[in-house]
Amino acid sequence: MRPLTDDETKTMFEKLSKYIGENIKHLVDRPDGTYCFRLHNDRVYYISETILKLATNISRGKLVSVGTCFGKFTKTIKFRLHITALDFLAPYAKFKVWVKPGQEQSFLYGNHVLKSGLGRITENTNQYQGVVVYSMADVPLGFGVAAKSTQECRRVDPMSIVVFHQADIGEFIRSEDTLT
Amino acid sequence: MGRKLDPTTYVKKGPGRKSRKQKGAETELAKFLTDEDTAPKRLSSRSRKRAGKRAQVTKKPKESIEKEEPKKGFTDENSEWLKPAKRKREVGQSDNEDDSDSQWEQEEDEGQEGGENNKGKKLLIEGDGDDDDLVDDYGALEDSSEGEGEVDGDGEELLPIERAARKQKKLQEAMGQESDDDDEDDDKRKSGDEDMDEDDTVQANLDEMDKFILPGAEEIAKEGVLLVDLQTIHQRIKDNVDVLSHFATKREEGKERTEYLSLLKKDLSTYYSYNNFLIDKLLDIFPVSELIDFLEANEIQRPVTIRTNTLKTRRRDLAQALINRGVNLDPLGKWSKVGLVIFDSSVPIGATPEYLAGHYMLQGASSFLPVMALSPQEGETVLDMSSAPGGKTTYMAQLMRNTGVIVANDASADRLKSVVGNIHRLGVTNSMICNYDGRQFPKVMGGFDRVLLDAPCSGTGVISKDPAVKTSKDESDIQRLAHLQKELILAAIDSVNAESPSGGYLVYCTCSIMVEENEWVVDYALKKRNVKLVQTGLDFGKEGFTRFKERRFHPSLKLSRRFYPHSHNMDGFFVAKLKKFSNTVPTTAVEKDGEEETKPSEAVEVTANSSDEDGPSKAGSKNKSKKQKPVPGKPAMSQKATANGKPAKSIGKKTTNPSTLKKSEKPTGQKKAKIAKMDGGTVKVDGELKKSNTVKTEGETTKELKEGSRFEKKGDKQRKSPTQSKKRMGKNKFNKLKKLLKKEEVGQ
Repeated sequence: MRPLTDDETKTMFEKLSKYIGENIKHLVDRPDGTYCFRLHNDRVYYISETILKLATNISRGKLVSVGTCFGKFTKTIKFRLHITALDFLAPYAKFKVWVKPGQEQSFLYGNHVLKSGLGRITENTNQYQGVVVYSMADVPLGFGVAAKSTQECRRVDPMSIVVFHQADIGEFIRSEDTLT
Repeated sequence: MGRKLDPTTYVKKGPGRKSRKQKGAETELAKFLTDEDTAPKRLSSRSRKRAGKRAQVTKKPKESIEKEEPKKGFTDENSEWLKPAKRKREVGQSDNEDDSDSQWEQEEDEGQEGGENNKGKKLLIEGDGDDDDLVDDYGALEDSSEGEGEVDGDGEELLPIERAARKQKKLQEAMGQESDDDDEDDDKRKSGDEDMDEDDTVQANLDEMDKFILPGAEEIAKEGVLLVDLQTIHQRIKDNVDVLSHFATKREEGKERTEYLSLLKKDLSTYYSYNNFLIDKLLDIFPVSELIDFLEANEIQRPVTIRTNTLKTRRRDLAQALINRGVNLDPLGKWSKVGLVIFDSSVPIGATPEYLAGHYMLQGASSFLPVMALSPQEGETVLDMSSAPGGKTTYMAQLMRNTGVIVANDASADRLKSVVGNIHRLGVTNSMICNYDGRQFPKVMGGFDRVLLDAPCSGTGVISKDPAVKTSKDESDIQRLAHLQKELILAAIDSVNAESPSGGYLVYCTCSIMVEENEWVVDYALKKRNVKLVQTGLDFGKEGFTRFKERRFHPSLKLSRRFYPHSHNMDGFFVAKLKKFSNTVPTTAVEKDGEEETKPSEAVEVTANSSDEDGPSKAGSKNKSKKQKPVPGKPAMSQKATANGKPAKSIGKKTTNPSTLKKSEKPTGQKKAKIAKMDGGTVKVDGELKKSNTVKTEGETTKELKEGSRFEKKGDKQRKSPTQSKKRMGKNKFNKLKKLLKKEEVGQ
């Protein structure tokens, strides 16, 4: 387990800021202690410092996971955000999309969100903006990328995609293995 | 519609074909009877033959009759409409006869003779009706008497016939007709028999029971060859259990209890598909009647239960959301605030959006119990040694409100994936997941406030989930598992920090009901370590055994709890909560077992050896409370090491639990290093001396010594951690020890 290098940190923060903007500092400085990011087996883990200390006791080969896994770095040093980060993205999300109950299941299966399933969307969403997807009961379902800006969404026909799917909570069942 | 329409008797048409039929039968019979009244009885050839049979029949049914009554299970179902005595008997007898093997197996005396007689009797009675009018019912009756399932039908159909037959008898008796002398006699005898039969019921029962239990080798061989009817076996089991419960009264002379038992074992293994080993074990644990309940409970699934994740939602919100999805649920019980039991659901419970959002977890009710017993507090350091698939780990995290640290360990890397998944899904942030063998644990990390050990077990409590256990377990499996569990519990105890301000607890649990895996392991731990049993905090459940067969356990074992599927409607489970009251590891002076608290006069080398092992081998955490080294009598050591706290203390203080333990070697190196450090100036000398000792005695310990230094470093780290209390001995204490040692040296 090692701290992230500058480059890696930059890449990761860029990705995160797509979804939560400048709220990243809330992730690091928290009232209940300092949290940090650590890299282990190409995955980025978000842990508090108390756990960090104890985690050093565990040997590298035997450590499977610490704290929360945010995502992983691919072979080409791109950062891929995992669904496991949802709990931390959701409260700080800047742009949100609400999905109708009928289309909820479809999104949970990994499909993109169509205009027909769009319930609400925050104003001033730009195109290709990172968004967090909620159900109508305000339960976070996953995140994605807005395919159209808010104004365009109003005009477009019902069968066109408005949010590209990136991660959803259905992955906990569908791809449990990829979590580690 | 094939009935003759008799203008003289008008059949009133009522609702329902059946009732009409019955009416028709009655009226027809009545007609028949009245005819007899007016005219002398005319018997057709068939009737004459039947009358002849009746003469034979009436003698026999007496015996078999009474036996049927108490034995036959169908009495339960049909008790509402079946009237006692005659009717029951007849139906029962026909059933008996229909037990396919009743004729084959002499054990089934019940059915044999009676059955045949019954059949004849039945035909007789039915035949009366047949004579006059062709009634489809009666024909059906006759056929149906062949099948067991037709009992009800028979019973219902017989009612009017029986009434008619009774009437007939009465009439005959009253008339004193001689056309059927035999009949009369038979009737009289029958009626007399009925009364007597009921009186003799009890005795006849006994006779029948005894006869039932009689299968000799031949019969069993026959049984083996022929396909045995499960119904028969089931009935035999019930009867056998009955006899065994009232053995003094119901036994057969000359037959030992073991014979009954061996037959029961054989039947149980056949009926419920267990192997003999398991049946033997279960018979040891349960009384015979309870055993049947247990086996039956294992055939059906326990109800599905879920646990609300209070980190993300509340139970009533979750219940509301699920009800809206079409799930039928209820709170689990008074004893749990987070449990819900699912009765049925229109959506898959493991795939609802609430499940995916981490609002609840599918978990068996029995798995709530060890975590409730452990009750980890906020801010503690907790270890879960066998955490997969993560239900208990996440429950602990929610009780701790995501504070403190949880180390979730499992030996299987594959199953750890589910732990990772569940931890992330339920939003647990204070956890570490690692993949060690649990036995390595005090070495990796120690000083936990609480430890949960859900040991790998034979799974005899969860047979309903995995029926393969019925046939796959045998003696060697259980022993191997028990051995592993003993090692694990010792490692777990060593990982607990007894001086933890808020904890020092270990919960040991298994999903098995075998005494070898439960009470025996805990008892072993009590002997080997400074732990004691405490209340689990679970107010229901059966107490653990304090003695079992030839073994005697510590009396505090009754504080542990056992749960059974048949009595608590949850998986079979065992929970024991232990408190560690001292970080020292009790040892015997000599390296070999069997010697306790050897005197200082024992061989120097021996004591040196044991001290080498014992000293470093301290319970669990890397505490540096060397003062607690309970190594009795180490004058040898004291000679070598001037300021060696170990021997001094050992002499000064006796261990509370004299045990015949041979210390694990792992702590050896640690301890030595720590002691070496503590001793300051004399470090190297002592260390080398010790090293040389260990080399002489056990080559392995040298390795550990080296490892010890590595561990020592880690130990430092751990010491600095706020969650661990200060373990170093103070200066004054150290000086006191020195003085003690010197005194001893002088003394000896």
